[in-house]
Amino acid sequence: MTHRKDARVAASTQYQHTLSNGLTLLAERMDHVRSASMYVLVPAGYTHEPADRPGLAGLFTELLTRGAGDRDSRALSLALDNLGCDRSESVGPFNVILSAGTLARNLSAVLPLYADILRRPHLPVDELEPCQELALQDLLGLEDSPQERVMLELKARYYPAPYGRNRYGTADGLTAVTPADVRGLYQRRVRANGAILSVAGAVNWPRLKAQVEELLGDWEGGADPAPRPGSFAPTSTHLHKDTQQTQVSLAFPSVPLTHPDYYAARGAVGVLSGGMSARLFTEVREKRGLCYSVYASHDSVKDVAAVVGYAGTRADRAQETLDVMAAEFRKLPAGVSGDELDRVKAALKTTLVMQQESTAARAGSMAGDWFHLGRVRPVEEVRAAVDGLTVDAVSDHARRFPADKLTVVTLGPDPLTVPD
Amino acid sequence: MPFHTHRLPNGLQVVGEVLPSARSVSVGFFVRTGSRDETPPEAGVSHFLEHMVFKGTPTRTALDVNLHFDRIGANYNAYTSEEVTCYYAAVLPEYLPQATDILADILRPSLRDDDFATEKQVILEEIKMYEDSPGSEAWDKGRRLYYGGHPLGNTILGSTASVTALTPQAMRAYFDRRYVAPNLLVSVAGNFDWPAFCAMLDQKCGQWTTADAPRGHLTETAGAGGTHSHTKDATTQEHVLLFSPGPPAESPLRYVAATLAVALGDDSGSRLHWELVDPGHVESASCGTDQNQASGVTVTSFSCDPAMAAENLATARTLLADVQRDGLTAEELTQAKNKIASRVVRASERPGGRMRAIAASWMYLAEYSDVDAELARFDAVSLGTIRECLDRYPLDQPTTFGYGPLATL
Repeated sequence: MTHRKDARVAASTQYQHTLSNGLTLLAERMDHVRSASMYVLVPAGYTHEPADRPGLAGLFTELLTRGAGDRDSRALSLALDNLGCDRSESVGPFNVILSAGTLARNLSAVLPLYADILRRPHLPVDELEPCQELALQDLLGLEDSPQERVMLELKARYYPAPYGRNRYGTADGLTAVTPADVRGLYQRRVRANGAILSVAGAVNWPRLKAQVEELLGDWEGGADPAPRPGSFAPTSTHLHKDTQQTQVSLAFPSVPLTHPDYYAARGAVGVLSGGMSARLFTEVREKRGLCYSVYASHDSVKDVAAVVGYAGTRADRAQETLDVMAAEFRKLPAGVSGDELDRVKAALKTTLVMQQESTAARAGSMAGDWFHLGRVRPVEEVRAAVDGLTVDAVSDHARRFPADKLTVVTLGPDPLTVPD
Repeated sequence: MPFHTHRLPNGLQVVGEVLPSARSVSVGFFVRTGSRDETPPEAGVSHFLEHMVFKGTPTRTALDVNLHFDRIGANYNAYTSEEVTCYYAAVLPEYLPQATDILADILRPSLRDDDFATEKQVILEEIKMYEDSPGSEAWDKGRRLYYGGHPLGNTILGSTASVTALTPQAMRAYFDRRYVAPNLLVSVAGNFDWPAFCAMLDQKCGQWTTADAPRGHLTETAGAGGTHSHTKDATTQEHVLLFSPGPPAESPLRYVAATLAVALGDDSGSRLHWELVDPGHVESASCGTDQNQASGVTVTSFSCDPAMAAENLATARTLLADVQRDGLTAEELTQAKNKIASRVVRASERPGGRMRAIAASWMYLAEYSDVDAELARFDAVSLGTIRECLDRYPLDQPTTFGYGPLATL
């Protein structure tokens, strides 16, 4: 077994090590904490589902912790609970994400359980049906969550296939899944190369590295490359539902984390919706009282990015709400002020510092950076990029990515007119 | 000892915990008031007032308030519960004076008529938003039913009718009655200088009026009992809630009830999880405690396909009866305590977690607990105290409430 060179990332207490099978181990030692948080990303997200099996990745994720190694589902759950693991398993577009937070002294006992989950899951055939029932109920429950539903519908229409899929899948897709599909996804995708394990907290790096080598060093690599998206043709629509409020969602193009304009894009979104003094909240809620909830945020699926906006408002005021939001989006290329940008920078810097107080936030952020960039951005780098933002850079970015063509999805009693 | 207290001559209480290793500081102004302190014509005023507090003072417009918070990069907000209204901000250490200045200022709001009219529209939208959220509606209506005439059953938002009818005069009268200095507690935790913080509060809040702000109905309730349904068209899931009495916020049994709730209904490894979630019978199921002054409740709940509601309810009732009769197993108790210990430690690692924890401890018990003391109280939960809690607050005679497509459960 050959190891790549051990790299110290910047002059901090961040560590990185890539195993010979392609698994990346990331760690950050945080002083003054007693806990440790862990993220595992394995490249088996929902964009890897066969076209006729939407929902397979979610079912697979649910099954993944139902027994592993020499423990059945209950024994595994009990072992993790007794180690104080607050855990979650979720599925994103590219990865299945396993996260766990616990006391740092328990970490070395938790890791072998996760090695079992990754390498020796039972994926019990007789539990597929209960998982399908659970997933179908989840899908049904989405009907009662109009805010969540409208954002999923927007993303389905904005992002190219298969990026526009979501974790819920479809009733047909969920019902069609067989044990062989589940096993197949596992064998194709749950491999060491492309997998990321990040740990933040009161960790001992040499011990962690040695234990991960021992547990996962001979895990097989060989996962296929990620799928590429098809052509890009966003569409707008209205979905009828007899609700009290009309849900308004909209999107226009932005740039992903890998793009040189990324921080300028974040600056532009911050001017729209950074704090309560930002443009959308001020114009839509504070001045006009049109809604309770209104926001814009930066969103991306790997290399395709958007600014997405949301508001929920009574049907008779929905058109005005959409018009005001669209007008604010389209005003951005006219420029931002120095005071606006200073507020955005202050918020971004606070977020950055507070993240350093949370082991879960640091572990998640490191894993995300590695997935998108193939490296972990040192905190100093992010701070410098935020500090370096200028009014011109943000305004120029807004001119390069104007909200000319909005993708608008509404859900409620009546359709709206998309402003030209 | 990193803990400090200070009391202004007008009765405003201040508590703080200095964490020199923290990178930030959190400050919260807690007003002991909420929907339980409202008269029927005031329904929703606590929450509406919480919004109006951000609308400015004689020296700050509404936009100024937002601008001044945003200029220091503050994470700030407020919330209203049945009995507490809290205004808080988390900032980098160098900005604590500004954050405190803004909070202390807005806690004496102008309550201007034009702002009142605009914000009323926002509140009415918030009510509409929750009307489209069956889980939240089920909770509000179920609580009302369980508490009967007890004001802890009052909804936080009020109704469209009550909020529409509210006047600025009624809000001012409520403010004058409830936002008096002795009815407030300021909590701060993180990297900050205690004497400087106290000096600032002395200066900014020293003139606040002092008066008693008594609270009525400090009584426990056993609940209305029975099984009830509210039919809601155009929803897909049935929400079922079982309300049982629980220990109040100041009772030592609250640690026991919280531990019991984890064993019964936590996300992983709990009885409800294995009986209802794991086999796919429900979308979700949980058990939690809601502890208020002098009165608490334990709520077991699930949401599912309406066709499966009756069978799931039978399962939940059997489970509650089993626990009532036999308590927990030693293994379950250990498991729940291990999970809780990890959560307590992790929640304490951020200043915001400590700021809230020391505020709650002082508000209900006038005492200070550091993290290890809190851990020791959970560690002391035993099969014996579980039995004591179940005998005092039985789980097996709940008030049951269904909300969704079904006419009856």
